[in-house]
Amino acid sequence: MGSQLVSAIANRAVILVPYLWLFIFFLVPFGIVLKISLSQTAIAMPPYLPVFGFGDGVSGFIANLRELSFDNYLWLLDDALYFNAYVSSVVIAGVSTFFALLIGYPMAYGMARAPESMRPLLLMLVILPFWTSFLIRVYAWIGILKPEGLLNQFLLWVGVIDTPLQIMNTNTAIYIGIVYSYLPFMVLPLYATLEKMDFSLIEAAQDLGCPPTTAFWKITFPLSLPGVVAGCLLVFIPAIGEFVIPDLLGGSQTLMIGKTLWNEFFSNRDWPVASAVAIVLLLILVVPMMFFQRAQARAQEQGR
Amino acid sequence: MQGQLSRFNIASLVLGFSFLYLPIVLLVIYSFNDSRLVTVWGGFSTRWYVSLLSNQQLLDAAWVTARIAFVSATVATVLGTLAALALTRYTRFRGRFLFSGMVFAPLVMPEVITGLSLLLLFVAVGLDRGFLTVTLAHITFTMCFVAVVVQSRLLSFDRSLEEAAMDLGATPMRTFFQVTLPVIMPAIVSGWMLAFTLSLDDLVIASFTSGPGATTLPMRIYSQVRLGVTPEINAVCTILIVVVTAGVLTAAILNKRRDVQRRRDEQAAQRG
Repeated sequence: MGSQLVSAIANRAVILVPYLWLFIFFLVPFGIVLKISLSQTAIAMPPYLPVFGFGDGVSGFIANLRELSFDNYLWLLDDALYFNAYVSSVVIAGVSTFFALLIGYPMAYGMARAPESMRPLLLMLVILPFWTSFLIRVYAWIGILKPEGLLNQFLLWVGVIDTPLQIMNTNTAIYIGIVYSYLPFMVLPLYATLEKMDFSLIEAAQDLGCPPTTAFWKITFPLSLPGVVAGCLLVFIPAIGEFVIPDLLGGSQTLMIGKTLWNEFFSNRDWPVASAVAIVLLLILVVPMMFFQRAQARAQEQGR
Repeated sequence: MQGQLSRFNIASLVLGFSFLYLPIVLLVIYSFNDSRLVTVWGGFSTRWYVSLLSNQQLLDAAWVTARIAFVSATVATVLGTLAALALTRYTRFRGRFLFSGMVFAPLVMPEVITGLSLLLLFVAVGLDRGFLTVTLAHITFTMCFVAVVVQSRLLSFDRSLEEAAMDLGATPMRTFFQVTLPVIMPAIVSGWMLAFTLSLDDLVIASFTSGPGATTLPMRIYSQVRLGVTPEINAVCTILIVVVTAGVLTAAILNKRRDVQRRRDEQAAQRG
């Protein structure tokens, strides 16, 4: 009897404990962000006027509802800075994702074709940089890209260029940073699908006279599409809200929404506007995130 | 054909891996540079490592970071493993869709949003920002990574082992601790390590949720990096890289050895 009771409690706890934790520390905070995005800025600590006390009962709740202001959102619409930041974040993330795919696909393909004994080592080599600090990996590029940096020194020494290239503090530096940091996220799902692929299909196609490029586009690429989708989403989604890379490599000129949010919060101390920026960013990300979750769920179904 | 690499395959692997590793290698090399100018080679020296030892701010930050990472990784591993069990073992319960959404979303959620929302929560409930708030924040975002790692192991797990144990009269609890847990242990260990390094690395979420007295190492590094590249930072980064790499490689070798041992046992059992 006793042990049955224990296991019944344990069964509940397995679900309830992580559920409650995520509810309190993941879902509730979003409610608060939404609430504060609708409140007014104030010079106080915390720097916003409270709305929505839950202690005032229904009538108080309705009175509070009237006081909600969409001023912060109108402000976002009003100032072209925010709109441009959103657009340029999506563009930068898109371009970086494309280049990550361009570099990551041949790598994953090469790994999948490698002798089986070599594959664990290659896999390890892809995963290892992911364990190394993100900040450190971005920092490493500063020394390489700056005007008197190692890349320019090398190119000047070889004689390809006469004057140092200005790469640091441009969008190019951000592309390099994002592709570099997120490349493992692209390679891993690609490798996972390519490794399972039956390469005898290609041999069959080639035996029947199909040129290698056609065979690739007609067989390999379509079969690896789940990996392509997963890899692209894993790079694209976090890249949109990236802060460290545009801040360290992009300089003051670049517009990215993660940086805008950071500045709103830390420099301007405007919490309501920062919250509104976060809510709009979330709305932009909802669609690709749903795709991601569906892809994850489907992969799970297949794994079962 | 598989197993034979074309010239194109080899070229893409070599170029790809050089791209991944060259910046790190250069960073490590230049941490031994005698010159204060980071990009000019002035001879081999370990003086930046020596000067680190007297940088009290950096040492304090490293100690804070290590404690936060240890506590948060441990709690996150327990919570993440529970979440993985809930997702694989209980296919239908009320709110499962929401639950799986909450587990997967933090994996791709921009850190600025996670950081901001957690900070606003802590302010709303009146929790003082510091060690505790950073730890809570790190538990929340790393437990989801643990859940994914453990979940993939649970999915490939042979359930008939558990059924056999129960048929032989083991209680569900005993079955879990004596059959299930040992099998998923490697995944739990790598989940813990992943959570530990993620916490060790995190700058954005820590910056939002930290307060006075709880400056973490990435925050300290970041504020120095903004002032410019210095060989001293290269030295800190090199130490961090060496520690993490050593940890990951040790775990990988141990895992491999256990695999080999298991295969040998299986073969012995088949022969026996």
